[in-house]
Amino acid sequence: MSRIRWTTFAAPSRFEALAAAVTPWLWAVCLLASAVGLYLGFIEAPKDFQQGQSYRIIFIHVPAAWMSMVLYLAMATWAAIGWAWRVRLASMLARAIAPTGAMFTFVALWTGAFWGKPTWGAWWVWDARLTSELILLFLYLGYMALVEAIDDPQRGDQAGALLAVVGAINVPIIYFSVRWWNTLHQGASVGVASAPKMASIMLTAMLVMTLAFWAYAFAVVFTRTRAIAAERERGARWLAELAQDTKEA
Amino acid sequence: MSQWHSLSDFLAMDGHGLYIWGAYGVTFVCMLAEPWLAARRRRRAWLAAQQDLES
Repeated sequence: MSRIRWTTFAAPSRFEALAAAVTPWLWAVCLLASAVGLYLGFIEAPKDFQQGQSYRIIFIHVPAAWMSMVLYLAMATWAAIGWAWRVRLASMLARAIAPTGAMFTFVALWTGAFWGKPTWGAWWVWDARLTSELILLFLYLGYMALVEAIDDPQRGDQAGALLAVVGAINVPIIYFSVRWWNTLHQGASVGVASAPKMASIMLTAMLVMTLAFWAYAFAVVFTRTRAIAAERERGARWLAELAQDTKEA
Repeated sequence: MSQWHSLSDFLAMDGHGLYIWGAYGVTFVCMLAEPWLAARRRRRAWLAAQQDLES
């Protein structure tokens, strides 16, 4: 048995085996955490004394918004690593993260609109938080369009990495927008430096839903990375052997 | 279960049902469609690799 080093899973063939093994467990965590989170959020948690029932959108809105930012930073980091050190798998991960990040950005905007209407009386306002999150969606879509538009995968990776890294400046702008500008969007309910400004049952439900979204993101990104690896490494021996095995099985 | 008196009471959400279920419904559809698309892409890439073996 060969030794396992930190670079071991950088080979697409090894990653394939690892991802295939852990993905079912990630789905299990996602489903279980979703069930627990929604139970806590809809059955256990009471209505909010200010916002009534509409606040329950928070259980998907905030986790989706967090994922939209975290996934962008992950995408930019992997894209940069792939660009700087020519790590094949890193560039594949960056490409695989983009659609999931875009989906969570869309969900954050959509659920925000459906929360804004009963709370502010408007589906949309051009405030700093909402506008910078919309720019995040365009960054994801721009990245996806750019890497797909360039036929040579390596060149596509490089162009995408440049866009992803430059665009990363938008993430702290989104995060701090509610402090830097006088936004209609409320300030952070949960921060690293302060006690959460939420009832603990509501906070627990939101954090459990965040766990579910994390597991979801890993599971989908792993699946898409395996797809991209299979497309790009077409003709490689490891892939041919694996395809042979699944055929015989 | 004490805070909800019936299913219709739960669905109505004190008049905020449209907003809450509109938000949750679209999120649910997105989070079903995306894994399905990713799995389909992987399956297709895999089939292409198997076809390479035969040719």
